[in-house]
Amino acid sequence: MTMPYYVAPEQVMKDRAEYAQKGIARGRSLVATIYDGGILMVAENPSRSLHKISEIYDRIAFAGVGKYNEFDQLRVAGVRHADTKGFAFSREDVDARSLANLYAQFLGQVFTHEMKPLEVEVLVAELGTEQRLDQLYHIAYEGTITDEDHFAVLGGETETITSRVASAFVDGWDLDTALRAAVSALAGPDRTLGPDDLEVAVLARTTGRRAFRRLGPGELAERLAPPRRSTRGGRAASSGSDDTPA
Amino acid sequence: MGLPLFPSGDDPGPSFAALLRRTDPTTPLLPGADASGGSLTVRHGTTVVALRFGDGVIMAGDRRATEGHLIAHRAMEKVFPADRHSAVAIAGAAGPAVQMVRLFQTQLEHYEKVEGVALSLEGKANQLGQMVREHLPMAMQGLVVVPLFAGYDLARGQGRIFSYDVTGGHYEEADHAATGSGGRDARTTIKLGWRADLGRDEAIELAVRALYEAADEDSATGGPDLVRGIFPMVATVTLEGYETVADAEVAERFGSLLARRSAGGPAS
Repeated sequence: MTMPYYVAPEQVMKDRAEYAQKGIARGRSLVATIYDGGILMVAENPSRSLHKISEIYDRIAFAGVGKYNEFDQLRVAGVRHADTKGFAFSREDVDARSLANLYAQFLGQVFTHEMKPLEVEVLVAELGTEQRLDQLYHIAYEGTITDEDHFAVLGGETETITSRVASAFVDGWDLDTALRAAVSALAGPDRTLGPDDLEVAVLARTTGRRAFRRLGPGELAERLAPPRRSTRGGRAASSGSDDTPA
Repeated sequence: MGLPLFPSGDDPGPSFAALLRRTDPTTPLLPGADASGGSLTVRHGTTVVALRFGDGVIMAGDRRATEGHLIAHRAMEKVFPADRHSAVAIAGAAGPAVQMVRLFQTQLEHYEKVEGVALSLEGKANQLGQMVREHLPMAMQGLVVVPLFAGYDLARGQGRIFSYDVTGGHYEEADHAATGSGGRDARTTIKLGWRADLGRDEAIELAVRALYEAADEDSATGGPDLVRGIFPMVATVTLEGYETVADAEVAERFGSLLARRSAGGPAS
């Protein structure tokens, strides 16, 4: 009988974390932010059909980065959880917090007990009845859950992108401003991202029951076009150049 | 309640009913599916109609629920949105019917979210047929549920109507359909007034008149309740989606219908 090699638990955790981080960093990033009319989610995703952002329930959305098959499995589980809960109780009893906790528990469980951690980071967003009640839960590959106040960045290069979004962020900004800021934060100073490279969706505070809506390529192109008034255009350009050193 | 995850070879797929059976196999999906014997007096909903018009379909239902010979509820709703582009209306035992509608609504939305695309109109009609068929043992005990399904077919660009029988059989209707105890009178009225080029207002008028005639002949169908201000429920399904016709508009249609009637003129 052969003796298993002894590996220190710290080393095991470190290796797993490194493995997951590497996997996530290979993928492209995603920015979610609260704007005056709801929650905006922008992902760099050239695919039209393999979505990173999806609807979970009436006022709840899901976004994932990393390995597609792994976060899609989590998305479907979320839809199932929400629909079963809403069917058994009532539609208003379905909330993002309990779903985010389930994701955190599952990711934590897999991270400590399975051979391979999940190479994903997920976001659960819930639209409140007013802006201060909007919620963004960011759950990392090892099950750490963070409740973000204004915006969340998922995926590779989070630090750079976070600092870019933070420098542009204004509390209560409108959809177009938030969208342009998110896109330029994802692109960085050396690239530009067009409607074909992006997947964008919002949870919009309207009167309808289902708040989730995708922004198609046509609408995106229109919203991403520089503002018509010259004064606003000038300001946007100068804030763009402010970003460059960051 | 944990995160509902399944091994890849044993996944319930996009079906909500299959998911419920997996997560909670002890609870029957529709109430009392294993009830036996005895005759019950339960709430019954009655007349519902559907008809096609230029932009899509109209669905309407009276508001009365009966328990034997008694009026159990005066403001019951029998027309529901199934999803964005379809509507379902129910006649029969109220309890199981409303539960069936909830299950159907959840099923359609569940499929759309899991798969990323909505079911085709035909697919939705089939789904409802399966639910009615599963309810057959209950129907044999007297708790019959007979829905009407109508929607706007985005692929064909027109409204379509499906009627059902207790065995879950569903049949596409060319232009109009009615079911429930006053269904016969309602159907005759629609048949006489229907034209292929009906506009929205004319179609609402016709649906309302059909329910009025049904209420005139059938004791289980409720007419307009002017004292309490309760009017039949009317909804349209068009390219823009499901929309309930405002009570004020339905009241106005009834107003002109009643005015013509009391002046001794024809109903139309």
